[in-house]
Amino acid sequence: MNICVLVKQVPGSEAHFSVSADGLWIQETELPFEMNESDNYALEEALQIREQKGTGEVVVVSLGPDRCKKAIREALAKGADRAIHIKEDAPYNTDPYAIASALANTIKDEGFNLVLSGLQSDDLGFGQTGVILGELLGMTTATLVVGTEVQDGKIRVKRELEAGWFQWQTMDLPASLAIQSGLNTPRYPTLKGIMTAKKKEIKELSFADICAVDELQSFNGLSVQHAEKQTEMIAGSVDQIVARLVDVLKNEIRIN
Amino acid sequence: MDILVVLEDKSGNIHRMSQEAIAGAQQIGGECGLSIGVLALGENAPALAEQASQYAVEEILSLENKYLFNYTADGFAAAVAQVVSSEKPKYVFFGHTYQIRDYVPRVSAKLKRPFLNDIVSYSVQGGKPVFSKQAFNAKLVTALQLIDDSPCIVSFQSAAFSSDTIQSGLVSVRSVTVNIDAGSIKTVPEDPFQETAGGVDLSSADLIVSIGRGISKEENISIAQELAKAMGAEIASSRPVVDSGWLPPHHQVGSSGQTVAPKLYLALGISGAIQHVVGMKGSKNIVVINKDPDAPLFEIADYGVVGDLLEIVPKLTEAIQGFKN
Repeated sequence: MNICVLVKQVPGSEAHFSVSADGLWIQETELPFEMNESDNYALEEALQIREQKGTGEVVVVSLGPDRCKKAIREALAKGADRAIHIKEDAPYNTDPYAIASALANTIKDEGFNLVLSGLQSDDLGFGQTGVILGELLGMTTATLVVGTEVQDGKIRVKRELEAGWFQWQTMDLPASLAIQSGLNTPRYPTLKGIMTAKKKEIKELSFADICAVDELQSFNGLSVQHAEKQTEMIAGSVDQIVARLVDVLKNEIRIN
Repeated sequence: MDILVVLEDKSGNIHRMSQEAIAGAQQIGGECGLSIGVLALGENAPALAEQASQYAVEEILSLENKYLFNYTADGFAAAVAQVVSSEKPKYVFFGHTYQIRDYVPRVSAKLKRPFLNDIVSYSVQGGKPVFSKQAFNAKLVTALQLIDDSPCIVSFQSAAFSSDTIQSGLVSVRSVTVNIDAGSIKTVPEDPFQETAGGVDLSSADLIVSIGRGISKEENISIAQELAKAMGAEIASSRPVVDSGWLPPHHQVGSSGQTVAPKLYLALGISGAIQHVVGMKGSKNIVVINKDPDAPLFEIADYGVVGDLLEIVPKLTEAIQGFKN
């Protein structure tokens, strides 16, 4: 079972974001970067599937600037066998179709049975790349995957639906799955893992060389969201606050 | 048609978010001089088409095909891509639901057209709509620029438009067909199921008291329940409260739980992560009590209190019991 895991390095989710001076991106200096959260769950799922099957490769593919080697090394330390780094220096590539096209060109001859990706990235949040990639490579696809069961030549997956509903489905291989956070417990890299990771291959390619398509969409300026609502902030002593709240509930919102 | 709105089926009725997409199409269509068509597909296509025929749109398309009786990404993506190729609208609109996330990127790839997902607002520039989405965990927003004028696919975030504003009309329904090859469906779905049975349908509650991590301990939940009882409200919560096992899952409001739009949403100790906000931002009145003055939920609050809910709520309960008697 050969599995490709798409990994993205994103700004830490707790970080405070400010827009860059040219208004086109965020200030990246001094931002902490980390592996995208749902990608980490996808990686863990891949490692567990490979452990169950006993054979096969887990290959990590990441698109981004030099700094994303840190996320790649983390994946290798956790157990991925090798990696492909598609180097893209522009910090902002904001079209999932162009990104997925480059990824598809990169992995199309590798014969992967499964492509796992995180449900969406914490920075841009398109949630499309893994699904587009599946379509471009002729694979069947599923998103919001919260459970997997490998069968002969197929995979049975559990998908999360809205409002507390779930659904299992059986899919032909090869398949591309977008993994929801929380379906497993991602492992920490061991010291041995970190040491052996240093010897694992990271093949480096250039995005400009591989991407054969133009961006269909791009970000046109980033700005801080402005609250459209007028909020009445109620202050004072607890008794004053309660009194105003009762007044609001009874006379303005009319909860009777 | 210039705008094609694709309807999602919710147990034989048009999904609320598809209704919101129709409202959006009517608004944008009105401002930009664009005509509207609506596509119903799947097992309940005739029923959905019938319901849509009472909206002010130019055309209604009903697509029935045995490979669309059960939802699969393979089937729905193939069908919608074919309809878009033959009808050639400039825009294809959807509500941004889990089903849309599952198959519409495939439509985008088949047609090589951009999919602008989870759109929160638009502006009109040069007589055309320009769509904006959030980025960086909803802390920033950006307008999306397209490579060219050819069709684009758009999905709208919950409550970007309100289904209250839909204008009525009377339109007749036309049937359309697609060719789906049996071999192209590579997924066999089983029946959907719920993991925990029962629970209240929060989406029909008028008043909701919702509990977040700020409640601190499981023992404090009763404070909120007392308030809800005094008000005649239902209890809801954010995901962390359910994940900690303090409340059963059916109370969860958010993208993975229920979506609500009650007359009153009183949020206690909820910070306002985007996955929660999309489940309640359509509420008519939002009251937020939180110790943290930077809690993002204050951005969409009608009334806000920076304070300790453990002190405020018991007194509020008492006062409400007082005025109810």
